[in-house]
Amino acid sequence: MEQQGLDLMDQALGFHSNKAQQQPWPLSGRFVLVEDCVDTSGAFVLHHILKRSFTSHPSSAVIFLAFANPINHYDRVLRKLGCNLASQRDTGRFFFLDMLMLQCPVEGEPNHDGLAAVFEKIERVISELSPENKKFVTVIIDDISCLELAANGSSNDAIDFLHYCYTLTSENDYALVALNHRDIYSDGERSTFKLEIEYLADILVKVDPLATGLAKDVHGQVMVLNKETQKQHGISSIKVHNFHFKIKENNTEYFYAGSRT
Amino acid sequence: MAESVCRSLRDGALEGELAPTLTIKDSLASPFGFNVFSHILVQLSSQIVAGKSQSQGMVIVALSRSPSSYIDLLKMNGVDVESSKKWIHILDCYTDPLGWKDKTRKSGDITDPSNQILSSYKTVKDVNRLFSVICDLGRGLVGGSKSRFCVAIDSLSELLRHSSVQSVASLLSNLRSHEQISCIFGLLHSDLHEERAVAAVEYTSSMVASVDPFHHSVDGQGSNLGNSSRQNLTKGKFNVRSKRRNGRVRVTCEEFRVEPSGISFAPVSSVDGAAVAVAGLIPKVQFNLQLSEKERVDRSRVVLPFEHQGTGKPIQIYDGRRSLEDSNNEATPISGGKKEDSGRGEIIYYRDSDDEMPDSDEDPDDDLDI
Repeated sequence: MEQQGLDLMDQALGFHSNKAQQQPWPLSGRFVLVEDCVDTSGAFVLHHILKRSFTSHPSSAVIFLAFANPINHYDRVLRKLGCNLASQRDTGRFFFLDMLMLQCPVEGEPNHDGLAAVFEKIERVISELSPENKKFVTVIIDDISCLELAANGSSNDAIDFLHYCYTLTSENDYALVALNHRDIYSDGERSTFKLEIEYLADILVKVDPLATGLAKDVHGQVMVLNKETQKQHGISSIKVHNFHFKIKENNTEYFYAGSRT
Repeated sequence: MAESVCRSLRDGALEGELAPTLTIKDSLASPFGFNVFSHILVQLSSQIVAGKSQSQGMVIVALSRSPSSYIDLLKMNGVDVESSKKWIHILDCYTDPLGWKDKTRKSGDITDPSNQILSSYKTVKDVNRLFSVICDLGRGLVGGSKSRFCVAIDSLSELLRHSSVQSVASLLSNLRSHEQISCIFGLLHSDLHEERAVAAVEYTSSMVASVDPFHHSVDGQGSNLGNSSRQNLTKGKFNVRSKRRNGRVRVTCEEFRVEPSGISFAPVSSVDGAAVAVAGLIPKVQFNLQLSEKERVDRSRVVLPFEHQGTGKPIQIYDGRRSLEDSNNEATPISGGKKEDSGRGEIIYYRDSDDEMPDSDEDPDDDLDI
């Protein structure tokens, strides 16, 4: 597939325009955490990465855990972006795990087996992938707040599940992408949950409204914090990117603040 | 000082004394605690292999990083992991801490015979069992009762998440009291826990090393690296508090810099520090509420509208313009039409005192006697 021009979001996530430097899937082995709030939804970042994962390499596969929306929603959104989820599913590159009705059984205490079973399902899907599609797998979770709800509000169980998904990045070099709603966890005790996940993340994408309020031409601002982690040493360098975005019908535009006339 | 911390760990415990214990504390504002942990791990490992430390072996309890990353880390730093004399063992609490994987097999904890230095541990919530497993592995490394080994726990925060503060504190105490343990060091993310949990861990440690941001943000929003200064992305402060045997507490401060090859420590550069500290204290407001000298002088020269000038001339009502002589070239002010009227009236204003500030709280019009 022709490599399209890279936008600011791609560059911030680690895609390189120089083909020599370009890895087949730069998100391999990394956990991308997208944080949004009520005022500005970060779902467009998930859609962007989802589309990119299909166009980046012919051997990539996506396992999508949907806790928030049914498949029709994503089908419609991605179709506008020029991506056909149904055909990807038919060719064995897109696996949609519908978790909307998931409610972990309660037996006095939150039952760990609920999320353990979900993880088992993911492992089974991975094991059934064809060998060529196993190379660049991306697991996308939409979203963590709903995952916590499905775990009966047990943030510990939710973090355990995320930890297990995270081991997929280190053991198999897969990519993990998840969306979290930051403002749910903004106060006191609940903020620990958000911080735990931020510690785990290799790339943090924070989506915020503009400080000046609503605007027609700019829908919000994005801060991407990319920890260039050498897994052995820990964080070796951190790159921060800041830019604005505008969500249009068929794509999202990213531009530096003030560069729009 | 990072050097003295490494030395204390290398020298280990005296007979009959508790083992020195280091807690490395960081936060999201300066998340480089693992860099410090890796640095100390590599230093101590080199000394063990060279036979220069009290410890003859090391048990790493891997909770937040994969065991293979530790093997790669040591190899990359030239430490021989596969030597014939086995000195290291990694307890894998990372890959499957709760036993979710391969549930059908229910294999339990296994020591892979083909891999001599790795064991998996699948019941991370059972801290008591963790203690006995660590001791068994350590004894397996160093043998007899006189030899000692050290313990590295890569995430005390993960342990605290899986079990209670009391369990973790008692684990650390038990490890410290063990006659064959030379030293212990672990990493803790202070912003993930209540203060009492952090305090409990600090109390059981003989050394606490805090990894702090280079610049503390003034407005309190700096908990996220993205909001903080550029320097916080690569540098920071390394503050060590160590308890001596006689009860005295020693506090030292250094700067650290994170590089792709690792982490380096240097004494605090005082010039930078002072200037930056001052800059950090100045509040960021948009208005300057202070008066400069010139402004003070100009203010004292302002003629107030209804103040008696007392120069002998007929009292003129100052309607906001400059004196009549100066006003010829100026545009006519809006109040110009009223001048004829106000010229007939008199307003006498007496100040209460000479040093009354012109805009004190009293309403000057209170003294009008028209």
